[in-house]
Amino acid sequence: MTDAVAVSDLHVSIAGSHILQGVSFNVPTGGVTALLGRNGVGKTTTLRAILGLVASSGQIQVLGHDVENWPTHRIVRLGIGYVPEDRDVFSALTVEQNLRLAESSAAARYDDVFSLFPELKQRARQRAGTLSGGQQQMLSIARALLNDRPLLLVDEPSKGLAPKLVSEFASVLERAAEHSTVLLVEQNLGVVKRLADHVVVLDHGEVVHRGGAGDLDDPALVRRLLGVAGAA
Amino acid sequence: MSAFLVITFSGIALGAIYFLAASGLSLIYGLMDVLNFAHGLFMTIGAYLGWEIATRLPSSFGAPALITLAIVGATLGGAVAAGITELVLIRPLYGKPISQILVTIGLDLAAVGLLMGGFGSTALQIPVPLWLIEPTRIGSMFLPNANFLALGAGVVVLVVLEWFLARTRYGIIIRAGVENREMVRALGIDVGRAFTLVFVIGGAMAGLAGILYAVVFSGDLISPTQGDSLLIFAFIVVVIGGLGSIRGSAVAALVVGLLQDYTSFYIGGHSGWAQIGNLSTVLLLAVVLEWRPRGLFGRVV
Ligand SMILES: Nc1ncnc2c1ncn2[C@@H]1O[C@H](COP(=O)(O)OP(=O)(O)O)[C@@H](O)[C@H]1O
Ligand SMILES: [Mg+2]
Repeated sequence: MTDAVAVSDLHVSIAGSHILQGVSFNVPTGGVTALLGRNGVGKTTTLRAILGLVASSGQIQVLGHDVENWPTHRIVRLGIGYVPEDRDVFSALTVEQNLRLAESSAAARYDDVFSLFPELKQRARQRAGTLSGGQQQMLSIARALLNDRPLLLVDEPSKGLAPKLVSEFASVLERAAEHSTVLLVEQNLGVVKRLADHVVVLDHGEVVHRGGAGDLDDPALVRRLLGVAGAA
Repeated sequence: MSAFLVITFSGIALGAIYFLAASGLSLIYGLMDVLNFAHGLFMTIGAYLGWEIATRLPSSFGAPALITLAIVGATLGGAVAAGITELVLIRPLYGKPISQILVTIGLDLAAVGLLMGGFGSTALQIPVPLWLIEPTRIGSMFLPNANFLALGAGVVVLVVLEWFLARTRYGIIIRAGVENREMVRALGIDVGRAFTLVFVIGGAMAGLAGILYAVVFSGDLISPTQGDSLLIFAFIVVVIGGLGSIRGSAVAALVVGLLQDYTSFYIGGHSGWAQIGNLSTVLLLAVVLEWRPRGLFGRVV
């Protein structure tokens, strides 16, 4: 089977600093691939480069298409749902309008996302800017799941959230991964271990490790690659 | 007392025109970060197109029909001019705001020069129906009908624009784009198309402002630099109201229109210093910027 994403020799420079220095990895179709690494190594930048949100050089293949130099909207329309690191809900718009904006066809699955997040249905007319952080994350995830997308790019969905919400979002992503390929950036090792099938580790703008999720069971490796205790 | 009310009404009507001129500018800046110096040109184009329509069509149409067609034509002309400007000049320069400013200034200078060459620098007069020149009597006051026209246009545009931005898909895309353009793209939406649409809408309102200003305030006269003088007030209104905020533009336009009329009448009228009205708006701008740099309704940028 082909890869959902294949990145090869990806370079990104922003404001004179060489952030990605020849990143290569692939995301096999199906399941969850976790993109890991310490703060500031370039995980978010990698996702943004795949989406064409930052200028890059190198090869990027998404869902069977070479997408270098494509405009972002065209890349996304190949079938990508994106949950950005900072949620990026539109605070001036209502919950309903945020979802409507994400709608890409008449087949939008409002019932599904409302049953995943009943709170969003109750707050449909509330301005997204007045939602709590957790509710904004629900909206951001709902936006990505609203359409039937073969590929989900999810950037630190558990960042700054209470443990109960973290595990709720993990279950949602677990279910989404049953029919979509997920490229997940996540710092919470527990969540990664629960969801990931494959792992890719970045350091200093380069890929330093690729393997199966089982690699995370080796505490020494985890400490060396991620700089955290592996017991989480 | 009655003079005060008449001046108030005239200030409100002037504010309505300023709103028409400013709201497009504000939308364009809010969504695209483009300070569109060609906006005055769109007003001038609207005015001249209206003049062409009103003077070239047979007078058997009757003055009311002619002025109506002139207003519609001016609005469409502004829209088309703005759409072409966006596609041809602005679009290739995305992400280069300085170049965009320079290219719109260049376009404005070149086009005003062409208009000077083609039409001459003397003001042209647009024929208007008698009704527009007459006043309507309300109680003991005589209020100019032309002011009602300006006010009506301002209110209709405000209501339609608010509805468009609040309810339609493109309106929602534009509001979302003002907040976070990248995220709109990341939802698979072609923001470029929304940009063109915003220019077209802004241009339509500019064309409308151009013809109405000529008809209502400059004694039916049209000149090549009219749009650029209006543009100065439009910029002042946009900055006071807060960049990107339609409601802010509406409130600021009213304040600026009223202030300008009050000061020119009550201070300028007595001291013979006619420019006091213009000066007062610049002072207001300075005060607002000192007190609230984001403008009255501005968002955190
Ligand atoms: N717009 C930007 N301007 C300057 N530096 C940036 C920008 N975006 C990211 N960086 C830098 O690039 C590096 C990688 O950032 P990022 O991709 O966000 O890392 P991660 O998601 O792995 O924490 C960081 O050092 C960050 O400071
Ligand atoms: Mg990040």
